Amino acid sequence: MFSSSKATATAGRKRVGRRSPLATVSLIVVGLLTTGGAYALFTSTATAETGSGTTSAVSQDKVNEGQKLFAANCATCHNMSGSGTTEGPSLIGVGAAAVDFQVGTGRMPAAANGPQALEKPVQFTNEQIQAMAAYVASLGTGPSEPQSKYLKENGNAANGAELFRINCAMCHNVAGAGGALTEGKFAPSLKGVSSKHIYEAMLTGPQNMPVFNDMNITPQDKADIITYLKYLEKNPSPGGFQLGDLGPVSEGLFIWIFGLGAIVAITVWLTARSH
Amino acid sequence: MSATTESPVETHEVGYAEQGNMPLRPAKGSKLMGAAANYIDERTSVSGLVKEVGRKIFPDHWSFMLGEVALYSFVVILLSGTFLTFFFQPSMAEVTYNGSYVPLKGIDMSAAMQSALNISFEIRGGLLFRQIHHWAALLFIAAIGLHMLRIFFTGAFRKPREINWFIGFVLFILALAEGFTGYSLPDDLLSGNGLRIIDGMVKGIPVLGVWISYLLFGGEFPGTAIVSRLYSLHIMLLPALLIAMLGAHLLLLVINKHTQFSGPGKTNNNVVGVPVMPVFAAKAGGFFFIVFGVIVLIASLFTINPIWNYGPYDPSPVSAGTQPDWYIGFADGALRLAPPHWEVVWGGYTVSFNILVPIVVLMGLLATVAFYPFIEGWVTGDKREHHILDRPRNAPTRTAIGAALMTLYAALWAAASSDLMATHFKLSIDQVIHVMQFLTVVGPFIAFWITKRVCLGLQRKDREIALHGHESGRIVRLPGGEFIEVHTPLTEYERWTLVSYNEYEPLMVRPNERGVITPVERVRAAVSGFFFEDRISPVTKAEIEASHHDSHGAIDAGDSHH
Repeated sequence: MFSSSKATATAGRKRVGRRSPLATVSLIVVGLLTTGGAYALFTSTATAETGSGTTSAVSQDKVNEGQKLFAANCATCHNMSGSGTTEGPSLIGVGAAAVDFQVGTGRMPAAANGPQALEKPVQFTNEQIQAMAAYVASLGTGPSEPQSKYLKENGNAANGAELFRINCAMCHNVAGAGGALTEGKFAPSLKGVSSKHIYEAMLTGPQNMPVFNDMNITPQDKADIITYLKYLEKNPSPGGFQLGDLGPVSEGLFIWIFGLGAIVAITVWLTARSH
Repeated sequence: MSATTESPVETHEVGYAEQGNMPLRPAKGSKLMGAAANYIDERTSVSGLVKEVGRKIFPDHWSFMLGEVALYSFVVILLSGTFLTFFFQPSMAEVTYNGSYVPLKGIDMSAAMQSALNISFEIRGGLLFRQIHHWAALLFIAAIGLHMLRIFFTGAFRKPREINWFIGFVLFILALAEGFTGYSLPDDLLSGNGLRIIDGMVKGIPVLGVWISYLLFGGEFPGTAIVSRLYSLHIMLLPALLIAMLGAHLLLLVINKHTQFSGPGKTNNNVVGVPVMPVFAAKAGGFFFIVFGVIVLIASLFTINPIWNYGPYDPSPVSAGTQPDWYIGFADGALRLAPPHWEVVWGGYTVSFNILVPIVVLMGLLATVAFYPFIEGWVTGDKREHHILDRPRNAPTRTAIGAALMTLYAALWAAASSDLMATHFKLSIDQVIHVMQFLTVVGPFIAFWITKRVCLGLQRKDREIALHGHESGRIVRLPGGEFIEVHTPLTEYERWTLVSYNEYEPLMVRPNERGVITPVERVRAAVSGFFFEDRISPVTKAEIEASHHDSHGAIDAGDSHH
């Protein structure tokens, strides 16, 4: 119901092009102020509007529905107000992107406390996830979900590969096969992870992952990294089966068990006596 | 001391070669062949060599072919490596990649990396050759390892073959060096990380380390010289040494004759098997192509070292799952197991025990392997020649030492994949490391004790079977009311393999000619006691005869000397 402010502004610019550019800007400012004020009146909390772009205004119904879902499924650990308990961190300011990643990959709600939440079958429908994301986003300013133009997997794979090697490979392995961290924590394999979730992970730093915000790795760089990972997924190794992309360990295991195993079987066959 | 029963069959030392004297009508081409052979022999006197080598007898056992596997893999490595040298550029000059692999387009890298990528993507058959070369290298060293284990556990290193064991050990080290220099050549991220670890180890050596590192890299790591230097070593010096040592190894193999497992008709003075010409040569030739075929099959189906994933070397990133090739794994594992913060500052200089201790452990392990034949020879004081192989159980202490060394090696080796064990078995990497540390320190002792007990137990079982035959499970009641189990007696052939082995007793401490007991002699006696105090004596002829008279006589009668 309040989503019309920006649309009005842009439509207005098209219709009456002879107005000065300042008029458009002031119109946007007025529109935003009106929207914000109205929100403040109705809910006494401000909807998160982030710099990263998507200004899909969220309906109050959705936030309310999200709040109910949150109270039923998340509040045990994150507290009714989302301010966190000893069991779970505060969610104020984590943004919609964090909710979409954690719940969208099944990591939340967590089955148990452990070194880190594990990926599971997703527990909610997309609509429910969006509702919870809207509610959590309404708790405080945080990163919102990425714009679809960065998820098209058509960036510069070479730039993405280099960024990946420098920023990601030390935990996730050069081919995105995953790796170990301390005390039972681990960086998961990136195979089959959706572009949106990869982007959100970089943006929000879930579990033990550091945050790569837009100042650190720009949205276009993130899109390049996604492009590279998807390139690896779509183009299997030109050398044949990849043995899990784990490097020399799986190669060594393979040559001992299958290579030398086959050779020894052949030697036994060659020296076998006929009975 | 040696076998205590008579060989039950006549030994018949006729190989196939002597059966080939039947008069045959000369075939059509044989006149030309004969003339050609004569021509060559008159100018080279090669017939003596052909006669000697051609009549060399090879016993038939699968484990005797492991060295051959190593040899054939090496031939494959030479052939595929030669192909790679046609296209590889050992230069660290910076270039911009513009080949066909999209995720590296426009990336700066060294000419070495670029040429390795070009071999993989632009040159026809290049990737297959790269993979053949690399897989063959892994198989080469694995076959060497298995071959060494066979030699060790069967005691084939004893006189007169100690020198050849040592040459074999040198070959093993040269193969490791070849492997490591080759791994470092493509100048990708993985190879650079490996070099950085070696650089760190070298720099950990007090006083000399930094000098050696600067000498090696021509300045500060990584510099611009290391790839071309390693290349010279990899394709010239190391292969030349390897081939020379291989020649010596094979020459001694011919001079010393082949060992054989004990059995009826096999003595210390003969070799039972087939001569090289023609049967063995044909078999071996065929086997070469089988090994070649297995390597090519693996290389054509399975990726090895995807340098395009690793990208060019850059000192800042280190990928998860960065490991050396398997044969250097034990060194990497040793570093991983060293406790953290194990550095001491002495007079302003840092001494890194977390590097020095692993180096010492590795050197100790390798030195034990290299000199083991001489150590055992000194301990037993045995100056006889041994051409009959031991069954591992019949040398319990040696087998147990082998098992202990293997456990140490395995723990270090496994520790190099601690991160992958953690992720794939859902464990904490810290716990994996602690378990591996425990296994490294305590595991060898446990393995020694268990192996020795198992060997002695097996010997005891052999002894009982030799004396009383196999249990048949048939219970018979004698007229007097006594129940006995009927034992199936062994054939003499079966018994022969059970009873013919060497027995050593602990050396007595004796004064030398000046009447002095030297400390060295005391140590030797102590070690000899450690080796041979617990032992099961071979069944004697008298015991067998006694057991025939009294079929359920005292089993433990010969179980002496405790």
